[in-house]
Amino acid sequence: MSVLVKNGRIIDPSQSLDAVCDLYVKGDRIEKISKRAVRPAASDTVIDAEGKVVAPGFVDIHVHLREPGFEHKETIRTGSMSAAAGGFTSIVCMPNTDPVNDNASVTEYILLKARTEGVVNVFPIGAITRGEKGEELADIGEMCEAGCVGISDDGMPVTDSGLMRKAMEYVKPFGVPVITHAEDTGLSAGGVMNEGLVSTELGLRGAPGASEEVMVGRDIILSELTGTPLHVCHVSTLGSVRLLREAKKRGARVTAEATPHHFTLTEEAVRGYNTNAKMNPPLRTRRDVDAVLEGLADGTIDVIATDHAPHGRDEKNVEFDLAPFGIVGLETALSLSLELVEKGVLGLSDVIRKLTSVPAGIVNIERGTLVPGSVADIVVFDPGAERTVNPGEFLSKSSNTPFSGWNLRGAVDVTVVSGEIAFSRE
Amino acid sequence: MAFSKKHILGLGGLSAGEIETVLDAAESMKEISTRDVKKVPALKGVTVVNLFFEPSTRTRASFEIAEKRLSADVLNFSASQSSVAKGESLVDTARNFEAMGAGIMVIRHGMSGAPFVLARQVGASIINAGDGFHEHPSQALTDIFTIREKKGRIEGLEVLIVGDVLHSRVARSNLFALRKLGAKVRIAGPPTIVPGHFSRLGAEIFHSLERALEGVDVVIMLRVQSERRTLEYFPSIREYSGFYGLTGEKLALAARDVMVMHPGPINRGVELTSEIADGPDAVILEQVANGIAVRMAMIYLVARGEDA
Repeated sequence: MSVLVKNGRIIDPSQSLDAVCDLYVKGDRIEKISKRAVRPAASDTVIDAEGKVVAPGFVDIHVHLREPGFEHKETIRTGSMSAAAGGFTSIVCMPNTDPVNDNASVTEYILLKARTEGVVNVFPIGAITRGEKGEELADIGEMCEAGCVGISDDGMPVTDSGLMRKAMEYVKPFGVPVITHAEDTGLSAGGVMNEGLVSTELGLRGAPGASEEVMVGRDIILSELTGTPLHVCHVSTLGSVRLLREAKKRGARVTAEATPHHFTLTEEAVRGYNTNAKMNPPLRTRRDVDAVLEGLADGTIDVIATDHAPHGRDEKNVEFDLAPFGIVGLETALSLSLELVEKGVLGLSDVIRKLTSVPAGIVNIERGTLVPGSVADIVVFDPGAERTVNPGEFLSKSSNTPFSGWNLRGAVDVTVVSGEIAFSRE
Repeated sequence: MAFSKKHILGLGGLSAGEIETVLDAAESMKEISTRDVKKVPALKGVTVVNLFFEPSTRTRASFEIAEKRLSADVLNFSASQSSVAKGESLVDTARNFEAMGAGIMVIRHGMSGAPFVLARQVGASIINAGDGFHEHPSQALTDIFTIREKKGRIEGLEVLIVGDVLHSRVARSNLFALRKLGAKVRIAGPPTIVPGHFSRLGAEIFHSLERALEGVDVVIMLRVQSERRTLEYFPSIREYSGFYGLTGEKLALAARDVMVMHPGPINRGVELTSEIADGPDAVILEQVANGIAVRMAMIYLVARGEDA
């Protein structure tokens, strides 16, 4: 089967391309990009992309698919459908399932499920420690052989610095990054939101920005000690951005991501005890958001990742303290990222770069590019289309989002995975 | 001024006028409490349920008496949080009482914001009887009612709150309401439990009780709440009491006609000496008596607000 994407504005930062062209897919590969019109064969699927942007399918290196163990929140099938609806063709899933992805058989289970039921590429992350308990190393080598593209105890920090150092040393021959959820739990001390004015007023336990920064600092130092590449998840504070900026200046092998919610919302969103504004790290202050935006603009923050964290309706419809952390993000990420273009923080091509080639490079997967010969993962979207966020329409199993009712721009028209249409808005 | 609020979730959400309306209504309610027959038919046929998810003796008793003096039908529900955690959710529990016809729900809960969850999910009027570290409106209104009764005004007074402000719903409710009514509010205690963020809510912060006491008209002593892990925030009760316990000597630094208040229950010899607790400056038992009138006013006004 062949697919012809006609007349779209092709933006592929991996080859510094931004031009109106036709894109021809043969089988599961990109065949060619041509400025001259390509004549379709009768059997070709033709996608009219006039006025639309055609880009490499997005790569999200921070997703919770919840399977195995929490299938009421999300499954590999629904999570991958949600990804496709958001323009993501590759998603990297965190290991905090039940059982935890801390050994090769869980990795293989996830990959098997993804192959048989998923509609986008799924790349698992293995746990750093067994059970994400922070006590002993997980089966890192076997998981990497089975297909894990990074290791992380996301959701749980590795508290023991000696153990974190060992993980960084041990993982070297397998060539995958260590991905850190930076949180000093002694400092966050059970905090359910950012420590500051709003937590003081609402009487909620606060986690200071320092609880993140202390660990970002530690893990940068350990990465420099071991020489292992470090990726810092969901940067949320001014102090973290500074630490990363300085580390990069020194030449440390450090990358970082920001989520759409951390670059869009402040702690004010929690008012009224809105459990859909409860996430970890928490939403911070205006100053922090501005610093994250600055970090995105100057390259300190390399990647936009969603930290897609689905939870059942009843799980969020409780006392704020009892609600789980996290929100869904795959189906709002593009629109919120396009706001960065609107605000003049990033150019459209920079936004796409942070959603494609850069994240693919961090986890060393051959995706995020439209270079002829590469796997045909493509997104076609209308950057100007107006939409009102309606969680009822999400393909994710969950609808826990603070962006319900927001008027945003940007709609995915078609998502192509390995040359096949995985999502179509029509 | 009319009171049109359906719920009283916190004093932070009420205007100065609305707070004064409650205080004025409480004056009329207090008069009822002086009669031989301490009962009016105002809430006849209205079912009030007291949902207590956290142990409470005085607040609950005070609400129950207030409800009965207004002739409401009263239902009581107590649950330790652990037993609720095993089964029914907060919302489901409340919906059951709603199905039984409860028009007003008085909720005490260990977690901040719990009354907000109910206000969004059930049709009844919600009165916050204390939620986590957030607010305790009926207690603060009682304190303010008592101050107004004694001092004749709130505006311009210097009010000092001493103790674990960080974990105190009484402190927050008093701070929010007193500021709206034009009082100046000082807070004092060790920096671990009197953090700087409170200055952005309009409080003046002190870490020396002596300096904080200078010239104040009212002192509200907060309870040292050992059950709230307060003890992790300072080395020992002895040390705390040495620096922040109220003694006659320290109290002499305050204004001559200073009032000493305490939301109770008192730890004698910790927050304040028995001499002060039982002395002429203390109004602790008057607070308890006024609490009934204030709670009658709150229930009466939300019941009417619902009609409006």
